[in-house]
Amino acid sequence: MSNKNTIVDIPTVNKIARLSRLDIPEASKQSLTNDLNNILGFVAQLEEVDTSDVKPLASVTGHRLPLRSDEVTDGNIEDLVLKNAPESSSGFFVVPKVIE
Amino acid sequence: MSDLLKFDLLSASIALKNKEFSSLELTNAYFEAIEKTSALGAYLEIIKDHSMNMAKASDKNINNGTSRPLEGLPIGVKDMFCTKDIKTTASSKILENFCPTYESTVTQNLWDDGAVMLGKLSCDEFAMGSSNETAAKGNVVNPWLKNSKMSPGGSSGGSASAVAARSALAATGTDTGGSIRQPAAFCGVTGLKPTYGRCSRWGIVAFSSSLDQAGPLTRTVSDAALMLNSMAGYDKKDSTSANLEMPDLMNYLDKGIKGKKIGIPKEYTQDGISQDIVKFYEKSINWLKESGAEILPVSLPHTKYALPVYYIIAPAEASSNLARYDGVRYGKRNEAASLDEMYEVTRGNGFGEEVKRRIMIGTYVLSSGYYDAYYLKAQKVRRLIKEDFDNVFEEVDYILTPSTPTTSFELGQKQDPLTMYLNDIFTVPASLAGLPGISLPVGLDKSGLPIGIQLIANSFDEPGLISTARALERSAEFNFIPDGAAT
Repeated sequence: MSNKNTIVDIPTVNKIARLSRLDIPEASKQSLTNDLNNILGFVAQLEEVDTSDVKPLASVTGHRLPLRSDEVTDGNIEDLVLKNAPESSSGFFVVPKVIE
Repeated sequence: MSDLLKFDLLSASIALKNKEFSSLELTNAYFEAIEKTSALGAYLEIIKDHSMNMAKASDKNINNGTSRPLEGLPIGVKDMFCTKDIKTTASSKILENFCPTYESTVTQNLWDDGAVMLGKLSCDEFAMGSSNETAAKGNVVNPWLKNSKMSPGGSSGGSASAVAARSALAATGTDTGGSIRQPAAFCGVTGLKPTYGRCSRWGIVAFSSSLDQAGPLTRTVSDAALMLNSMAGYDKKDSTSANLEMPDLMNYLDKGIKGKKIGIPKEYTQDGISQDIVKFYEKSINWLKESGAEILPVSLPHTKYALPVYYIIAPAEASSNLARYDGVRYGKRNEAASLDEMYEVTRGNGFGEEVKRRIMIGTYVLSSGYYDAYYLKAQKVRRLIKEDFDNVFEEVDYILTPSTPTTSFELGQKQDPLTMYLNDIFTVPASLAGLPGISLPVGLDKSGLPIGIQLIANSFDEPGLISTARALERSAEFNFIPDGAAT
């Protein structure tokens, strides 16, 4: 791939993978880097649009998020909450040891 | 073909009420069809005992004269909808054992209206794909030209394939950038993406929250109206759900389109579009004219930027939504010594290649130093795309476009992610603007594959969309059945 199309390199891909908490095997890093460069190169055409006076659009609905009173609407379903956990114990989710 | 499979949703509902056959008989016919068409791979999970119990309950209601709008009608559910105590995987390895403890609002609405659930339908992993090839358990096959192994489209490929193959009377789908309309076009069925906010997103596996919408895949426009009547509705559990009554769509089927203005956007006839599709697009324009509509040229100047905007916004939202798959609360876990390593190996092993690519893109465009250049820029151009539509809807009532630039392609043919993304070039703009769109089959191309045409309406004008689509359907008289359908 030519330098012109290089937006991300392998060290950048390593950094994004780390931020994404994704284990990427060494063998697939180059092809992933190429794919990301192709996609980022394609979306870069947005640069040609003049957006100097345009406000970003985050929601198409136009209505404000509704508020409700802060009341309990559900609860006492500990069994259901833990039902799909890979590991649980005494009403808690279990994770690998975090503190030495 | 079993006579029972010839009924569509609406005619089956009338026949059930007239006691021409029972829901149990109809549901049984569909289980036979599912078996006969199992090579298509549309179903991930069938739940025959559960379905039969639902059918028996429906028959009781019909006999008691307490039928509900979808009483006894067997339908399939895309695996993006959480179904209580029934496995819901979003076609991903990371959710291969996930069994929700709750029911999505949309599916609950369907069961509350009497529908019978046949099972869960395959889709692209987390609805990310346009060919159904990213599904963890393998692709679904399009029932058209069955020996050629064509793609059913995606992401609602299982839904479209099953409805076309007569192994579901109708099915639910979800559409983020075209995931209902594109597979509907590829499989020769009708697919309707409602206005953003029309159907609750509660209990649907989240992909891109500002775009995701549920909708029906059916054999006819009338069926789409009947099914959306039940799926739609305000839900206080979804903060973006529209608190707006939807009129009974069945009242709009035969309103006609005399005097309605239909816009033909010049940006939708580009290089690379199949000549057969252009031919049927022109035919469709004439059909609408003959039905009394006025045809006007319009322009949506920012159309070419819709795909680049989509491939920033959708991955950005996906990277955030999919952070929940951490191997702690639900889903698959791969063990590792530290918490961070556990996250990384769990997600590295559990997600497929396309999902990982999109998480990476999303993380990149949201990361420090790039947020303004990519994400904020995309949100600004998204506004320009929406304003294009706002301007055009000052002049016309509906917009007519092809649904896809080509008809279905052979599975395994498109390997490059970017080439695959171009499939959604005609469906993504309406998604970004939150507008309702419907794809309906209008003819076959030279090789015998279905061609879909899309109608787009202004926000919350599903009633008018149904009237216009029904007019086009009447003229097109598409009544072909794929060679891979159940016999």
